[in-house]
Amino acid sequence: MEAEAAKYIGAGLVNIGLMGAALGVGNIWSTMISTVGRNPAAKSTVELYGWIGFAVTEAIGLFALVVAFITLFA
Amino acid sequence: MASPIEQFEIKPIVPIHVGGVDISFTNSALYMVIAVVVATVFLTAAMSKRALIPGRLQSMAEMVFEFVAGMLRDNAGAGSQKYFPFIFTLFMFVLLGNLLGLTPYSFAYTSHIVVTAGLAVMVFIGVTIIGFVKHGAGYLRMFFPHGAPVITAPILVPIELVSYLSRPFSLSVRLAANMTVGHIMLKVIAGFVISLGVFGIVPFAGVVGVTFLEIGIACLQAYIFTVLSCIYLHDALHLH
Repeated sequence: MEAEAAKYIGAGLVNIGLMGAALGVGNIWSTMISTVGRNPAAKSTVELYGWIGFAVTEAIGLFALVVAFITLFA
Repeated sequence: MASPIEQFEIKPIVPIHVGGVDISFTNSALYMVIAVVVATVFLTAAMSKRALIPGRLQSMAEMVFEFVAGMLRDNAGAGSQKYFPFIFTLFMFVLLGNLLGLTPYSFAYTSHIVVTAGLAVMVFIGVTIIGFVKHGAGYLRMFFPHGAPVITAPILVPIELVSYLSRPFSLSVRLAANMTVGHIMLKVIAGFVISLGVFGIVPFAGVVGVTFLEIGIACLQAYIFTVLSCIYLHDALHLH
């Protein structure tokens, strides 16, 4: 297999890692929604942690994008 | 059709070459200067009238100050107040970098890994030095959490070490990747506006929506960068 074709296949395969990021982000929001549902007064306390957790988890997904770029262009 | 990657090209505006080293004033440097000017003008103008009951502009400056001060106090604990100027500068620099990149025909300097890596490595080395200065060799105790059985040490210490050393990477890549992806997405959707003719109104609405999302992501990523720096500072000042 030529290097060019292998690069494209590799870059596509990296996206399997996005599964983990999607599960993580969905988990955060589902927990936050059920927390606010059970105890609406806790909203202001957990809201901040929800956003921090979302950003950090989404970063893992973006690491997959970085690996894809490295595979394609280096 | 222009490629969406072209917007990240660094173009020299005033070429300066000193003895073979290229220190041109580039578009990235221009936007950094603009960010510093905007921050300075905003803060000085807002606080020029030192009213006890703040007007609208002074309230905005005080809210930003209170926000960063509260974040530092909550996350870095006692003894962290002397690092407030650095954390505030970091927050304003990253926030303005992200937001200025969303204005038309501009350049987001935080989308370049070299800029974010510079900031993240500065935070990492600073925090490590603070830890060693404050605790001496005892700072190495941070890699072995108190109360864990000694038998787990050969597994735990390498894991903790790797997790500590990965901090500058994750900090820098998170910010750069978020900004890069956002801008590429904007350019790709915007490219469809012209090519679809009359139906270009649909990608145009998409661009408007994505721009709102990007403004939210810009503020959120600046906050995340700063809050993680405060958490690392907390780890250095009070071991774990």
